[in-house]
Amino acid sequence: MNEPDQRIPIAPGLFTWPSAEPQLIGSRCRRCGEVKFPAQGSCANCCGEDVEEILLARRGKLWSWTVQAFPPKSPPYAGPAPFEPFGVGYVELPGQVCVESRLSTADPQRLRIGMEMELAIELMHVDADGNEVVCFCFRPLEDQPS
Amino acid sequence: MSDVAIIGIGLHPFGRTPGVSGAQQGAIAARRALADAGLQWQDIQFAYGGSHDGGNADSLVDKLGLTGLPFINIFNGCATGGSSLICAVNAIRSGQYDVGMVVGFDAHPRGAFAFDAKAWGLGEWYGQVGLGLTTQFFAMKIRRYMDQYGLSEDALVRVALKAFRNGSKNPNAWRREAVGYEEIAASQMLNPPLRKLMLCSPSEGGAALIVCAADKAARYVGKERIVRIAASVLRSRRHGSFEVFSPSQSIRQAQSPTVEASKTAFEMAGIGPEDVDIAQVQDTESGAEIIHMAENHLCRDGEQEQWLREGVTEIGGRLPINTDGGCIANGEPIGASGLRQVHEVCLQLRREAGARQVPKPMKVGYCQVYGAPGISAVQVLKL
Repeated sequence: MNEPDQRIPIAPGLFTWPSAEPQLIGSRCRRCGEVKFPAQGSCANCCGEDVEEILLARRGKLWSWTVQAFPPKSPPYAGPAPFEPFGVGYVELPGQVCVESRLSTADPQRLRIGMEMELAIELMHVDADGNEVVCFCFRPLEDQPS
Repeated sequence: MSDVAIIGIGLHPFGRTPGVSGAQQGAIAARRALADAGLQWQDIQFAYGGSHDGGNADSLVDKLGLTGLPFINIFNGCATGGSSLICAVNAIRSGQYDVGMVVGFDAHPRGAFAFDAKAWGLGEWYGQVGLGLTTQFFAMKIRRYMDQYGLSEDALVRVALKAFRNGSKNPNAWRREAVGYEEIAASQMLNPPLRKLMLCSPSEGGAALIVCAADKAARYVGKERIVRIAASVLRSRRHGSFEVFSPSQSIRQAQSPTVEASKTAFEMAGIGPEDVDIAQVQDTESGAEIIHMAENHLCRDGEQEQWLREGVTEIGGRLPINTDGGCIANGEPIGASGLRQVHEVCLQLRREAGARQVPKPMKVGYCQVYGAPGISAVQVLKL
């Protein structure tokens, strides 16, 4: 894989990049404190519009999960080809928000509700210009390289 | 305010009907509902209709006749039929009209529903990375529910088993062959814990109802064929409810819109869940039926597996649920799906359901549809 600065994010504004320890970018309502991802200009909780951008925690607990075992329709799906099953889950970032994400593993034996997860970056595809397009995912903390 | 009754019902069989367009299936359902009520299209004062992939609902006037009536198109995801019926009920309650039609039809392409991120106000990246599949959402919702309340895969298999068994007794169903427990339990795992035979598929079909001011209903049909709409409620999600197509959700959980729609409907009808004799609930997949049983207050959280093992929700059970095979055996043409539920309850209350007729006496029926991105419609029907 190329150096971080030669990889491009799948969309701007989702996570800090380039970065050795990327973080998701969310928004927090200055009135009620509710957090949302991706960042948005209004609050779905108190209907206010006074929000600020914040960086989200890199670690959280798996809230629920499944595995995408069949290929989603493409387009829009633009993941690795040939298709490989991938995990999908919600990760609860303490005191902030529950974020939906791809998971680094598709093995049901290695996924359980409540387990510790950490943000990671994974390759989605190589675009027409040869750029490696990357997205965020969460991986079980027990999988961390030491 | 006038009470509202259903005096005519019509259905075009669900499934795949090569050579008959979605709109034609809608027109066939409409004509059957008219015949059922002994009315002509010229007698209909207004109509609400919905379709997603079958063309504009109001194009039906070309097929049924250009009578100048106000025909309003409704689209509200999987709750389209329920939403159309609510509009029609309010139109009659307002006193403006006496007799109207609610019609829904669809003909979806094969395979899972296509996902269009922009239509849901989401970035394109969401679909590109492989999120935005409704089946993922249902899988994650039931996974957490099973974990919280100690339910096993057995419950998921039994819902599908019942759906196919009921479908085998329904000449209008798409899947009309019973499927064995082992076959369901061994079918392809698509989004664990959900397997292929636990999920409904997009399909084709049409359904129509004739609604009427209740005090005028006896002019058209016999008393035993008048089904009153005791409550008709739609709710959208509140902040914190776990819903489909959500890149994030609040850590402060709120109840699903179904809980609120159901509670309001029971209050409106002046009855409680214990009074329900038969129910149709949204069973997009096995897990949805299990969760919706509790969200509609028909059972307590966690009771479902025992109920399923004891046959409580079978046609001959204490509270039959999804007696026509539900979405799992009928597929889901989303414009028609909610009206199919109402059609089935009317048929059952009128005791015209043939091989799948619920044997016990019944007075109260209940219907619930749930749709993206977090809407729920509930109807309470009374003989």
